[in-house]
Amino acid sequence: MSESASVVGPPPGKKVRRTSFNEGTGRLAALLLSPTLIVLLLVIGYPIISALRESLYSSGQRIDADGFIIEGSQFVGLDNFAAIFSGETGERFWNAFYNTTFFTVTCVVLETLLGILMALVMHKAFKGRAIVRASILIPWAIPTVVSALLWKWIFQADGIANEVLGTQILWSTEGWQSVLSVIIADTWKTAPFIGLLVLAGLQTIPDEVYEAAKVDGASPWKTFTRITLPLVKPALLVAVLFRILDTLRIFDLPYVLVGPNKSSVETLSILAFLEANQTRYGPAAAYATLLFLYIVVVAYVFVRVLGADVIGEARVNKPKKNGKNGRRNEAGPGVAAGTATGSAIAGGGAG
Amino acid sequence: MADAEKAPKRIDVKAAEAPWWRRWLPLIGIGAIVLFCLVPFYWMVVSALRRPSDQFDNSIIPKRWSLENFSDVFQPGTGFGRALLNSLIVAGTVTILTLIVGMVAAYTLARLDFKFKNLVLAIIITTSMFPGISLVIPLKKLFSDIEWINTYQAMIVPSLSFALPLAVWNLTAFFRQMPRELEQAAMVDGCTPAQAFRKVIIPLAAPGVFTTAIITFIAAWNEFLIAVSMVNRKDISTANVLIASFTGTSGRDQPFGSQMAAGVVVTIPLVIAVLIFQRRIVAGLTAGGVK
Repeated sequence: MSESASVVGPPPGKKVRRTSFNEGTGRLAALLLSPTLIVLLLVIGYPIISALRESLYSSGQRIDADGFIIEGSQFVGLDNFAAIFSGETGERFWNAFYNTTFFTVTCVVLETLLGILMALVMHKAFKGRAIVRASILIPWAIPTVVSALLWKWIFQADGIANEVLGTQILWSTEGWQSVLSVIIADTWKTAPFIGLLVLAGLQTIPDEVYEAAKVDGASPWKTFTRITLPLVKPALLVAVLFRILDTLRIFDLPYVLVGPNKSSVETLSILAFLEANQTRYGPAAAYATLLFLYIVVVAYVFVRVLGADVIGEARVNKPKKNGKNGRRNEAGPGVAAGTATGSAIAGGGAG
Repeated sequence: MADAEKAPKRIDVKAAEAPWWRRWLPLIGIGAIVLFCLVPFYWMVVSALRRPSDQFDNSIIPKRWSLENFSDVFQPGTGFGRALLNSLIVAGTVTILTLIVGMVAAYTLARLDFKFKNLVLAIIITTSMFPGISLVIPLKKLFSDIEWINTYQAMIVPSLSFALPLAVWNLTAFFRQMPRELEQAAMVDGCTPAQAFRKVIIPLAAPGVFTTAIITFIAAWNEFLIAVSMVNRKDISTANVLIASFTGTSGRDQPFGSQMAAGVVVTIPLVIAVLIFQRRIVAGLTAGGVK
């Protein structure tokens, strides 16, 4: 019980929600939640702390200044981080950092736009919904590795992509083409899925709102930007946040589709993985820690600045209509739509 | 899901008075989406069904259908059958463990009112955002110290890190949708809360639990980073890892035919599950958002 108590420990300045707080309920809740929290502590809490610690040590074999081989780990302070930012490793790190960011921005923007478009089409269509739903789930269900191999096959030198396009591009070589192939493969797998989420958000918008807009003579574009977008925004924001976090840790797709040690598509996850594979745990942990911090910062900014309501608990009864201001409290009923899904994609993408 | 039923009728009326392109445009859009999703998948299936000697023939329908790629994949030397079994063991165990642990937590979060509920929810959802690689590296070091490398548990334990938050989140949404009166009635009839949970809630929540099981299983089955990091022996590798490192039997440098066939074998169970349970899966994935 002591473990769980420490996990559920009081956060500073947290307001007590209910004045009629029942002591017995709290203890029962702690008891029932403890297995989950203990498991999470072991498989997530421990590794995060351990990675932080590890990043301060050098490990495995290395040669010191006099040419002697040093075995085992040794405390090196921030040397691993310093090494990351300097010289050739520095270039490699910044390249991976740039790639990770570039993939994230491009893929998420593309997927969101396509996803919204698909959702609108599905919402309007009254025939073939079942077929669309089934076909949309297929790219999602295919393991990322298999889809990476599939796209590798499509982008083969004498593969179908080159034949259809009438080109002779060597897609899996260094350069823009391999980047493009990764973006296409990722968009294929995830855009339909964002569409599904946005569709769920769209279906919560009551017809009356649209009818009122029609009576007021709003153009379709105005209806879309003034009604549809603000009302699906909570669901959309959460979905986009999860997609961003998921793409920031992208690994399988570039690793299998293009291959390791290709600087054009090397992401932070791949870099850390390759380091760990050569038992250089210190630098690997340092890369992983930096990626972790990067993700934390992005998530924080997203939640604070854009007001993505991830928990979906802080619900306000009625969503406000003017989407420009007061974003923080705009959580409508569609809020948590993306949440479960985000982690669902995460399983395939990041795992 | 009532909205889904309601929607067609409403638009039908509108569509009847709209100009022809308004009526057809959504259908064309639907067609485009279906093609977008299915064409690459079709290409995988078709490529798997070609003869290995026609592998680079890019005709849309193979000149000669053949199951040779599939028999290649299952030849004794490849170890693919074993890998499928490994995948099943890992994903199955992860799913079962997750459901057992997660169900209690989800029920607590859905039903009990306690002080730090939002904090716990936040913790659970935050944990699903952690990058896999920063969990894998320290765990890999730990596992090599305690000689867990090349074991099933080395893949199962880290997989809980993404499966558990996912399952708890899904189940919480499902439990929330169930009326509280159910347990109250059970308790009036003399059940303890634990009995009410076991005898009333669990059977009634079966669809939700089942959906969560499918989603969790798919996530665990598709996992790659952990499996490739924790295992380097072929006989313990999961199917995903094995396919990615396939060298095939014919000795060509990249045996795409066998890889596509293996990909089809790995994917088909999931695709069938998705087709049968699509309604449930969609409901599960968007749970909490739409009622």
